[in-house]
Amino acid sequence: MALVVRERALDDPSPRIVGWREAVGREGGGLVVLVVLFGALALATDSFLTSGNLSNLSRQWAVFGIIAIGELLVILTKGIDLSVGSVVGLSGAVAAQLLVAGFPVPLAVLCAAAVGAAVGVVNGVLVAYAKLPPFIVTLGMMGAARGLVLVITNANTVQPLPDGFSSIANDTVWGVPNLFLITVVVILVAGVLLRRTVFGRYVYATGSNAESARLAGVPVPRVLVSVYALSGLLAGVGGILLASRLDAGVPTMGETYELDAIAACVIGGASLFGAKGSALGAAAGALITSTLNNGGNLLGINSFYLRIAIGVLILLAVAFDELQGRLSERGARTTAEPQPDPASGRARPGAP
Amino acid sequence: MTTPRIRLAGLRKAFGGTVVLHDVDLDVRAGEVHCLAGENGAGKSTLIRVLTGAVRRDAGEYEVDGRPMPSAIGPATARAAGIGAVYQELSLLPELTVAENLLIGALPARAGVVDRRRLRAEAARKLERVELDLDPLTPVRALPAATRQLVEIARVLGDDPRVVIFDEPTTALSGAEAATLLRRIAALRDDGVAVLYVSHRLEEMFEVGDRVTVLRDGTVTRTGPMRGVTEDGLIAAMVGRDVEDLYPASGRRVEGAPLLRVRGLRPRGSAHAIDLDVRAGEIVGVAGLLGAGRSELLRAVFGADPPAAGTVEVDGRRVPAGRPREAVRAGIGLLSEDRKELGLLPELSIRENVSVASLHGIATHGVLSRRREAERVDEVLDGLRLRAASYDQPVSTLSGGNQQKVLLARWLVTDVRVLLFDEPTKGVDVGAKAELYTVIGDLAARGMAIVVVSSYLPELLGLVDRIVVLRRGAVVGDLPAAEATEESLLTLASTGRSNGTGRA
Repeated sequence: MALVVRERALDDPSPRIVGWREAVGREGGGLVVLVVLFGALALATDSFLTSGNLSNLSRQWAVFGIIAIGELLVILTKGIDLSVGSVVGLSGAVAAQLLVAGFPVPLAVLCAAAVGAAVGVVNGVLVAYAKLPPFIVTLGMMGAARGLVLVITNANTVQPLPDGFSSIANDTVWGVPNLFLITVVVILVAGVLLRRTVFGRYVYATGSNAESARLAGVPVPRVLVSVYALSGLLAGVGGILLASRLDAGVPTMGETYELDAIAACVIGGASLFGAKGSALGAAAGALITSTLNNGGNLLGINSFYLRIAIGVLILLAVAFDELQGRLSERGARTTAEPQPDPASGRARPGAP
Repeated sequence: MTTPRIRLAGLRKAFGGTVVLHDVDLDVRAGEVHCLAGENGAGKSTLIRVLTGAVRRDAGEYEVDGRPMPSAIGPATARAAGIGAVYQELSLLPELTVAENLLIGALPARAGVVDRRRLRAEAARKLERVELDLDPLTPVRALPAATRQLVEIARVLGDDPRVVIFDEPTTALSGAEAATLLRRIAALRDDGVAVLYVSHRLEEMFEVGDRVTVLRDGTVTRTGPMRGVTEDGLIAAMVGRDVEDLYPASGRRVEGAPLLRVRGLRPRGSAHAIDLDVRAGEIVGVAGLLGAGRSELLRAVFGADPPAAGTVEVDGRRVPAGRPREAVRAGIGLLSEDRKELGLLPELSIRENVSVASLHGIATHGVLSRRREAERVDEVLDGLRLRAASYDQPVSTLSGGNQQKVLLARWLVTDVRVLLFDEPTKGVDVGAKAELYTVIGDLAARGMAIVVVSSYLPELLGLVDRIVVLRRGAVVGDLPAAEATEESLLTLASTGRSNGTGRA
């Protein structure tokens, strides 16, 4: 009897509700908030939509966006990287010191980026092979890397830096800031990596269920080391760009950026439980916080209130996601078959 | 005759459309050990859960000491009525001390601060009841399994229960530890406690039981004193059932050298090395009781856990040990018993779940072609007649049988040649079951070597060509399915001896 009903339910599945989130992807929520935010600011101020302010905004966003992409890769594997802020400081300091010591710009940049990647590899090895919790590993690395910055710089700002270096972040191509272009390239590459490559699929699989992934032949430890290495590398790139923009190696550079990066991912629809989120979403999340800060300045809103607003936004993003998940679960339950008896695990032979 | 401690009459319980317990009568008296026997899925666990108030009965009477229990009974009601249960999975919290575990929920405290002296004294008193000489402040995780089991019993006895239910208590114990436990149970009975003892192990029932009730497919097939019951009689009462027409006809040709060759494989933690040969086109079943090491064997062959010793070869080529990725590359696939934890990627779509083991065949230089992915995956899923609105929907929306098909498809898309199934039809309803059997038969006919672990003996007998019986990690039998019966398998699995070679 039950069987008959089940068959019919399957042959004619009740229409699945396609939410707008499914239509535009998971980053849809963030994009909608962005559009609303841009519209509101354009109406409320005269200065928001000027090319000067937009290029300013894109510069503010760039470093956050790049770091958020790295953080996203780690979060997708159900991990967390608290060391990215310190790595920003470290790679910036390394680049600045090498330049002051007379290294050519490309070599200094390369070394600084490599330092960032190396820090990430250490994180990844400790997580993947020593099986330590990501939170603890990267918390330790956050302190250690910041300490290293202070040692390298002796807690002093490192300057002056050669002109060739500051032009990396401050020049424009046809009026578009370099920083913006670099960030867009990073986002696009990350997007393709996550959506179109074997590696990207392995990242999601690892975050969804690492043991299932391992038993399906996914090289889970190598995936983990790779995402932490990429996170370190991108934080390193962020540090180089920030130092270039400031035209100095500042020892406190990048402090609390790890929290901004995590916030950007969450606002952009990533789940700290892994396997949910996209590069576009994380970039949009970073743009939302940058835009709030930028617009707040233009409107003369006390920056203390802006911090409250961003905090509330994080809570809303998560609450919204939770609600969405519950709704789609309810939708799914109506199309799924009734589960067989959980106690016996098999149906009785001869049952009607 | 005195009033029984527990009396069930006409008990009925169904989950959804499946009747799990049908018209069950049972009484357990003070001062007796009443054994409950039955195969996996016969309804024993459900019966226990009804008794302890974990699930509600649909119909029937349930009396404790002659007092009727309400139909909306909960665990608290059952406990207050004096019913305690010791489960096979230990429910102790490993990071806490023995004393805290014994008194958790009712920690002696003054103004919210735990009174350590009273805690210790009360715990010591509880431990005394099971004659366990142990510092109550020892953390539970430092204790061996047998001692934990005793702590668990001490906790149950602390409530002064009038009835104690033991659900497979010896599964995790060694022979000597199990014997000690059985002596304690006998002592409990002599103190006037009513004991309901549930086990797969027949020899334990004969050792400790006074009366026995046998469940089969949710109904009582036999009840009476243990005296006068033979092992054969008990097994017949457990399995006497017609094998349904679910299984595909075996028209396969098994030929050639072994495709899967396992030599001296010793899963970690096992004392026994295992040899196993499976030829192309052959389905080999692995039978054995819970804890006999069946899943461990499959996991060791696949390399999910690095084995302590031994080699695995596929088609004459050695497979590096302990690395699932290498096993997949060599053409081995494992469908594990626990699909949720050890198989599915719940956030990913059906299609992504299928393709994850074969992405390198779908990609060029690491870049995926979605079209090629869909082509290869959809063909296999269509062939398995997977029922889903769209292959892009999350895999977690599927039912048990369809999830199993997704995992099967995962291996079929790879060039798998050896498939290891661990309880393939667990949580799968009858219709999907028959389909799975057909698929497994077809795969063997296409020249795969297949190993099936199952606790459900009719399934093994109907599906496989040859059955290997495990007992406590060692192979105790290897016989053609045509010559095996449920009785002979159960006897082998529980005693290690074949039928008719004498019994203790």
